Parts: sequence; C-alpha cells; structure tokens
Amino acid sequence: MLAERYKTAFQLYPYTRIAAQEGTATRHPVVIVGGGPVGLTLALDLGKKGTPVLVLDDHDGAGLGSKAICFAKRTLDIANRLGACQQMVDKGVVWNVGKVFHADQKIYDFDLQPEAGHRNPAFINLQQPYFEKFLCDAINAAQSAGAPIEIRGRNCVTALENHGTYSTLTVNTPDGSYQLEADYLIACDGARSPLRDMMGLSFDGRVFEDNFLIADVHMKADFPTERWFWFEPPFENAGQSALLHKQPDDIWRIDFQLGWDIDREVELDPARIRARVDAMLSSQAGHVPEYELEWTSIYTFQCRRMKKFRHGNVIFAGDSAHQVSPFGARGANSGVQDADNLAWKLDLVLKGLAEPNLLDTYATERQHAADENILNSSRATDFMTPKSDVSKTFRNAVLDLANRHAFARPLVNSGRLSVPCNYIGFDLFGEDALQGPEGTQPGMACPDAPHLDGYILERLGGEFTLLAIGCMADDLKAHGVLANAVNIKAPSDAMRARYLGAHPCAVYLIRPDQHIVARWPDYNADAVATALKTAIGKA
Amino acid sequence: MLNLAPNISDPDGFYEELIRAHEGLDKAQSDALDARLILTLANHIGDRALLSQAIAAAK
Ligand SMILES: Cc1cc2nc3c(=O)[nH]c(=O)nc-3n(C[C@H](O)[C@H](O)[C@H](O)COP(=O)(O)OP(=O)(O)OC[C@H]3O[C@@H](n4cnc5c(N)ncnc54)[C@H](O)[C@@H]3O)c2cc1C
Repeated sequence: MLAERYKTAFQLYPYTRIAAQEGTATRHPVVIVGGGPVGLTLALDLGKKGTPVLVLDDHDGAGLGSKAICFAKRTLDIANRLGACQQMVDKGVVWNVGKVFHADQKIYDFDLQPEAGHRNPAFINLQQPYFEKFLCDAINAAQSAGAPIEIRGRNCVTALENHGTYSTLTVNTPDGSYQLEADYLIACDGARSPLRDMMGLSFDGRVFEDNFLIADVHMKADFPTERWFWFEPPFENAGQSALLHKQPDDIWRIDFQLGWDIDREVELDPARIRARVDAMLSSQAGHVPEYELEWTSIYTFQCRRMKKFRHGNVIFAGDSAHQVSPFGARGANSGVQDADNLAWKLDLVLKGLAEPNLLDTYATERQHAADENILNSSRATDFMTPKSDVSKTFRNAVLDLANRHAFARPLVNSGRLSVPCNYIGFDLFGEDALQGPEGTQPGMACPDAPHLDGYILERLGGEFTLLAIGCMADDLKAHGVLANAVNIKAPSDAMRARYLGAHPCAVYLIRPDQHIVARWPDYNADAVATALKTAIGKA
Repeated sequence: MLNLAPNISDPDGFYEELIRAHEGLDKAQSDALDARLILTLANHIGDRALLSQAIAAAK
C-alpha cells in the first residue's frame, strides 16, 4: 500500500513499473528525494550539465492547496537560466504596489517597481503547482534534448541505510518495495523530511504561537493588482492582521491572523470563513462580490533549521534543511537558491574537477542564507504578533507614527520580501581589485542589465564566465575548469552604472550560479586563474 | 560617543513639559506616548551605534 498524503493539482510524473524494481539494487550517482520546487530545480540544473540524476517522489505531481504564491526576481533569473522562466512570467501576476493599513487608515504604500533594465519583475504571484509544472515542462524539454534526468512518481522512500560513501534506499511503490543505491543522496523532501528523521537529525527553532487562516478565493473583482495588508483590520472578526493578494486565474489569497487559542474545526467551517471574507470584501467593495472558496486551511508557522546541511554524502536542501514563516516569501525562493548553489558544485565533484570538500561550502553559504531568512522572517512575525505588552505598545506606536511621519514607515514590518543572498567574505570569493559599484562586489549575485536586444544575465549561462566590459578577455581553462569569456565592447548605460561605475573597463569572474567571484580593472590571466582555483575550493 | 554629560539647556523646564505631556492620560495612553517619543528621538539620533549605547546606558 502506498498512502496518498495529499491531492495533486497536476499529474506530472505518473507511476510506471520499471525493470529496476526487480533484481539487485542499481547504483546512481545522484538521487534526489522529493519533487517539489527545490528537487525539480536541482534535477533540471544537474541534468542540463549532463550529470545523471534520479528524482523519487511519493506522489505523481504537484500538490494541491495553498502554498507559495510570491516568486522573487532571483528565482525567476535562476528559472530563466534553466529555461523555465517565460511560462512563469507569462502566467504569473506581476505586482509592484503594496498598501499597508492600520485599522481603517492607510498608513502608507510602497512600490517595488525595480529600477529599469531588468528582464524579470521584482515579484510575480503564481500558484506553486504552476511553478512546479513549468519546471517539469522544462525537464521534459531537457530530457528530449538528451539530459539524463529521470523522475519516478509514487516512489516513496521508506528506509535509508547510510554507508558513508553511498546510501541504500528502500522505495515503496504501488507494486511493492525495491532497493537502490546513491553515491550522493539529496534530501529535498520538505519540512517534515522523513530522511532527516531516518538519519536521526534534529530540526530546531521556534514555533510562533499563532494560527493563520488562509482562504484562496475565486472571484472576478476589479481590485487593483496590489498587496493589501492590514494591522488590526477594521472588518469583523478578522483577527490581528489580514492580507489580500491576487493570483492568476482570478484567484485571490486572503489571510487572517487568528491568534493561538482557537478551535480549528470551528474556524474551518465554510460558513464562518465566508462571514469573515464577506466582511473584508464588503468593507472594500461596498458590497459582497460573488465568489467561491477554492481552498481553505489553517497554518501555524515556525522558523527552524538543521545545524548542518551536509552530512557526508547526504545533503539537505529546501524546506527539509530550513523552514521560515511565509511573511517575506522566503521559503521556496530560498530553496531554489539552495539548488542553484548546490548543482554546479555537485556537478564538478562528480566530474572529478573538484574535491568533495567543495560541498562543505554549499552548507556554509546556504546555512548563512537560512540564518538571514530566519532572522528576517522572525522579526516580521514578532512585529505582526507582538509577544509582550511593551512590544505591542511599540508596534502600535510605530503604526500610529507611520501614518503621520515618513520616518516611522521603514519600521513597519509586514514581511521583508526575499532578496538575493550575498556571500561577501566567504571562502570561495576572491579579490575586489576594481573597487567598483557596491552592488557588484565579490560574493553578490550579478544584477541584470540590458545588453544589445536582450539582457546580460542571459549571456552568462550556467558555467564560469569571464565578463569583460570595455576590454577583452579570452576563454581561460585552469585546473580543468573552463571560464567562458564574454566580451562587451559597448555596455548599455545601466550596465555601465552597475558594473563599471567611474571605471572605463572591468573584468568579472562569475560562478555558474551567477555570483561574482572577483573583479579587476583589466584582464590578467594569472589573477583570473588564481581566483578560479579559489572558487572551486582548491585554495 | 553617546553624550552622558549634562546637555539640556533648561533641565527643569524640559522635565516639567515631559511630565505635563502625560497629564490626563491613563497608563496605556501614557505608555503609548512614551513609545512614540522614544521612536521620534531615536530617529533624530539616527546613528545606530549611538542608539545601542543609549539602550545600554539606560538599562
Ligand atoms: C501558506 C504558505 C504560503 C507560502 N508562501 C510562499 C511564498 O509566497 N513564497 C515562497 O517562496 N514560499 C512560500 N511558502 C513556502 C514554500 O511552499 C516551501 O518553501 C516550498 O514548498 C519548499 O519546497 P521543497 O521542494 O523544499 O519542499 P516541498 O515542496 O515540501 O516538496 C517535498 C516533496 O517531497 C516529497 N516527499 C516527502 N517525503 C517523501 C518520501 N519519503 N519519499 C519520496 N518523496 C517524498 C513530497 O511529496 C513533496 O513532493 C509558503 C508556504 C505555505 C505553507
């Protein structure tokens, strides 16, 4: 028997019985457990580099229900590198404006409208099942082009034996169990990670004593495409805070912060949910528009992470390794960056071009990112759910002042939205011999900029790149690793501002995940070779 | 460096004005006023290190 834990929105990788289910266990270089946003991104990235990868998921598609809706620019940039972005942006709802209310007063609005000259918007709203479907479409396309990716649906990992240099997995299917072996096992099996439990590893942090009612509502309303957030909402029974945000297909995400002592059964009664939603919508529209409840659920949120993301040849990525409250949209967005960080490192190790210790830098870099996300997400949650009387007094003082004075607005925190993590000062990064613009220091993710009739990030691809602006560099191979030269003779104004500043020319060494390794005022092959050596952990 | 030497030109007048601002307020309203005042002053100081020193000095 293989239990179904949840319903799927799309069937993406139906179960088929295969020969490997009989006989002796087959060894695979990489097995990814979990076909959520993180496992799929990692599989696509590795497969496109030619590294064979097997994904096991206990269901056969994307789970139905209210999960991620806000996908950030950095995630879209990664998806674009992997060929999955266009569908996401086409289907997604682009939004820039947010309004923050305290009771019936609007205290301010913000505009995320990024500076001009980026391919992707700051954010799109897209239901998570679509995000997963578009990744699967890109995987199918990559498979057709020869990428060695295999996904086995309804393959549930039920036991793990870790032998140090490899693992043996027991996998349950509709036709019974079989075993397989993995040189590298990547646990992308979500916040409840069965693999983490099988390894007896802990997952520590804070549970926020609060319940959030989430209603995804189908309605044709002409509310603007904005994020509306209320502290102490004025409509009846709305709890401590409320959120209204648009998704594709005329679906709206509505959240109510209900507090800790509630009866979940009672609160999930559709009549009771409708009364809340009616009160919210009529306070905005003047009447109750026609709508249907698509999906409703109650969540409690937590912030926690594993101490170490790498345990020898078993590596954790995404929600299995770290979990944050959704205010700030840092869950899937950070998990996709985990995959982006891990893929090229694992690929180099498997190809024998780097030592396994390169994988330790996946752990240190992404543990740092997780800490940053947990910090931001905890601060937002503490602002929204003050934990003491004095904390509530100050919170309300901020809201009160924000209404009257601009200075208090930066203190209002309804979630600091996900921005790319930087690794300034970490081991794999080299010198800043240019001393150029701040946004392109070694350690940072490359900002986009227009180039010819496209954008610069599209030119970087998924290998090491030597980006020469206003001067010339050559392809350079050092320690078996190639850095492709991309020479830009006539940079656009935005490119100049973001990469040159006052300098006439610059050379950047950029990692496959598009983070900047080092930069110089001119091209020097020896300096680049040294930085490249550092970047692959051969210090 | 946080200035912990006397710095207010009319100390008695300032003190009186501060207390008088709370007249007629109940405890919750007074606490709210104090919080708004602290935030307003903190913004004026702005310097992050000075604010930390001030929090430490007040403890
Ligand atoms: C209400 C809500 C709103 C959110 N909003 C946002 C947002 O706006 N933006 C954002 O970035 N994030 C958001 N998140 C977080 C986001 O949903 C998660 O961070 C994301 O799903 C994590 O992806 P993952 O691939 O790590 O894990 P998951 O998506 O959990 O995928 C894990 C997969 O592993 C499979 N699996 C589990 N056990 C086994 C096993 N034993 N064998 C085989 N397969 C197994 C599961 O079936 C599943 O398919 C939100 C979350 C919630 C709950």
